[in-house]
Amino acid sequence: MKDKFTVLKSTAVPISAENIDTDQIIPARFLKATTREGFGDNLFRDWRYDLIPGPSPKEKGVETPNKEFVLNNPIYGGKILVAGKNFGCGSSREHAAWAIYDYGFRVVVSSFFADIFKNNALNNAVLPVVVSDVFLKNLLETIQKNPSTEITVDLMNQEISYGNESQKFEINAYKRECLINGYDDIDYLLSLNKEIREFDVAHS
Amino acid sequence: MSETKPKTIFEKIWDAHVVKHADGYPDALFIDRHFIHEVTSPQAFDGLKKRSLQVFNTKRTTATADHNVPTKDQHLPIKEALSRHQVETLRKNCKEFGIELYDLGHPYQGIVHIIGPELGLTLPGMTIVCGDSHTSTHGAFGNIAFGIGTSEVEQVLATQCILQYKPKTMKIEINGALGKGVVSKDIILYIISKISASGATGFFVEYAGDAIRNLSMEARMTICNMSIEMGARGGLIAPDETTFDYIKGRKFAPQGEAFDKSVSEWKKLVSDSGAEYDQVLKFDAADIAPMITYGTNPGMGMKVTDRIPTTEEMKEISEQTSFKKSLEYMGVEPGSRLLGKAIDYVFIGSCTNARIEDLRAVASMVKGKKKAENVEVWVVPGSKQVQEQARKEGLDKIFEAAGFELRDSGCSACLGMNEDKIPAGKYCISTSNRNFEGRQGPKSRTFLASPLSAAAAAITGKVTDVRDLIPDPSPKEKGEETVWAKK
Ligand code: SF4
Repeated sequence: MKDKFTVLKSTAVPISAENIDTDQIIPARFLKATTREGFGDNLFRDWRYDLIPGPSPKEKGVETPNKEFVLNNPIYGGKILVAGKNFGCGSSREHAAWAIYDYGFRVVVSSFFADIFKNNALNNAVLPVVVSDVFLKNLLETIQKNPSTEITVDLMNQEISYGNESQKFEINAYKRECLINGYDDIDYLLSLNKEIREFDVAHS
Repeated sequence: MSETKPKTIFEKIWDAHVVKHADGYPDALFIDRHFIHEVTSPQAFDGLKKRSLQVFNTKRTTATADHNVPTKDQHLPIKEALSRHQVETLRKNCKEFGIELYDLGHPYQGIVHIIGPELGLTLPGMTIVCGDSHTSTHGAFGNIAFGIGTSEVEQVLATQCILQYKPKTMKIEINGALGKGVVSKDIILYIISKISASGATGFFVEYAGDAIRNLSMEARMTICNMSIEMGARGGLIAPDETTFDYIKGRKFAPQGEAFDKSVSEWKKLVSDSGAEYDQVLKFDAADIAPMITYGTNPGMGMKVTDRIPTTEEMKEISEQTSFKKSLEYMGVEPGSRLLGKAIDYVFIGSCTNARIEDLRAVASMVKGKKKAENVEVWVVPGSKQVQEQARKEGLDKIFEAAGFELRDSGCSACLGMNEDKIPAGKYCISTSNRNFEGRQGPKSRTFLASPLSAAAAAITGKVTDVRDLIPDPSPKEKGEETVWAKK
C-alpha cells in the first residue's frame, strides 16, 4: 500500500534541461545499495555537487554544493518536479524513480517521458504528467518568475492547472485506479491470491 | 465447436498462463520459473519484509551470484565492500525466505542464464523471468522468457505473477546454409545490424527457418540472448528433437516416464499453420558473414570485411550527430575498415557465449598456437560446470599453452561492475552482447564478435577475418552432445 493520490496542490521545482537521462538522475555508482531508501540524497548528485578532485587519483576529492543548481536554491521547493522534454531516457534502472520519490517528489511534469521511466515512476507512486510543449514552456517560465506559484494536479479529473491555465492529461486507466486507491501492482495481484494458488497447484 | 483461430507458439504459452484477464487491465501472468541474482533482488526482498509477506512458492525461484563476483580467487572474500555487501545480502535473504542459492563455490554457480538451462530448470512451454534483460536467452527452449525490473521481482516473489500487456509478435525466418566461419553469434549480429538496435521494440520474436533448426541448443541460446539488443521483449525458438535431447537427463528436468509425457506435451508447442504475426522478416543465411560491431550499440555492426559507413550515409541529421559521437568514442574513422586494426584485449565470456561449445570452438582455433604479444586474453566460463567440463576435456591446457587466462565463472568483463574491467581507451574484442559506452569499464572500447572471430583476433592481435585461418569447412555449430551436466 502506497500513498493515495487524488489531488495534489504544491509549489514546484523547475529544471528546464531536456533529455535528462537516468544516469543524471541517479549516477551508476550508487546502484550497489540494497534498500530503496536514501536514494534521494543522491538525486541529481553530479549536478548538485561540484567535485574538486583530490591531488592524486587515490585521494578522494571534495564535494561542494553547486549553488547554481535549483535543488540547492531555497526559493524553490515542493512536491512537483517540472522538467524538459524526454525525461528519464537511458538505462532502465528503477533507482531513478526511487530517488525522485525518496527526495519527496510525487509528480513529474514534462512534455515527454521515456517509456520505462514512466512505468517505473507509476510503480513507485510518482505520477508522470505529460503536457504540451507550449504548456510546459509557460509553466517553467511562470515558476522561474514566481517560485511560489501553486500548481494543482487533479488525478480524479486528469487535469493540471495553475493561475488561469489548465490542461487535461492522459493516464492508463488501471494505473490511475492504483494511484487513487493507493494500490500498487502487488496489492492487485495479492487480491488474486486464491486464483493464483489454484493455478499453481494445477501446474506443478 | 467450429475450428479455433490458429495460434503462434507465443500465444499458446501466453494464453495458458493468464490467471486473470480483465479489459483495460494488464494480464496477470503466472510465472513458472524465477531466477534471481545479487544486483536486482535486494530491494525486492526489502519490499517483502516491509509488507510482512512470504515468498509465494520458494520452489519456483532459484538464486545465484554472478554480476558482482570476482573471477579470480573466488574462494577468498570479495575485496570490494559494496559488491561483498550485495552478495552477502543475497545470502541472508535466500536463507531467511528459504530460496535455493547457488553461491560462490557451489558446483552449480554461474551466470544466471547459463545455469538455468544446464540444470534443466529451463523447459519448453514455461514462463520465465529474472531481473536481468538477457533472460531472453531461455527462450531458445520454446518458452516465454523476459527481463523484469526490481518492483516486478518483488511481485513475482510475493505472488508468482506479474502484470503485463501482451506484446506484438514478430517472426524472423532464416533459411539456407551458413558459410565457412559463420556461427550463431554472426546470425544475430547480422539481424540486429539489419533492423537496428530498436528494430523489434514492442515485439516478442520467434526465430524460425532451417538455418535456426540446424543449430545446437547452445547456439540457439546465443541468438535468443541478444533479442533484447534489437529492442524485443524476448525471443523464442519452437522446441524440437534437438531441444528434447539437450534436456533429457538434466538435474531438474522431468525424468523417465514423466519426461516422455512432457515431450508429448512439448511437441504441441509449435505455431499453427496460418497463425498470424504482426510482422514477418526473412533473411538468407548465405548472405551472413563473420560479423563485428564498430560503434556503441549492437545495431552498429557489419561484415568483418566491410567498411564503416560514412556520416553522409546516415539519413537523419540527429542520427549523424550520434553516429559521429559514437565513432569518436570508439576512435575509428567513418568509411574506414576495421580489418587489421590492432586490439588490446580479447574477452571470451558472458551469457551470450560462455558455454562449453563456445570454449570448444575457441580451443579448436587456438590449439597449438599462441596469442599475439600485444593482447591479453580472458576466457571466463559461464558456470562452474562449464569450467569443470573444460578442465575434463583438457581445454584448460590448450588455453594455457596459448597464453590465455582461464578464470572462474561469472559475468566478468561483460559489464564492468566487478573487478574485471577493460582500461580506458583500450580495444577489446568481446563475445558479450553490449558495446555501450563504458560497458566494459570507463572509456573502454568494445568490438562485439563471435567466439571464433575473437579467437582469431587473439592469435593475430588484430581484427581478423576468421575465414583466413580456417582452410577446411568450419567447425560444426552442432557439436556433439554435452553429457557432462547430466546425472
Ligand atoms: S553476462 Fe553480461 S549480459 Fe549476461 S547476465 Fe551477466 S552482465 Fe548481464
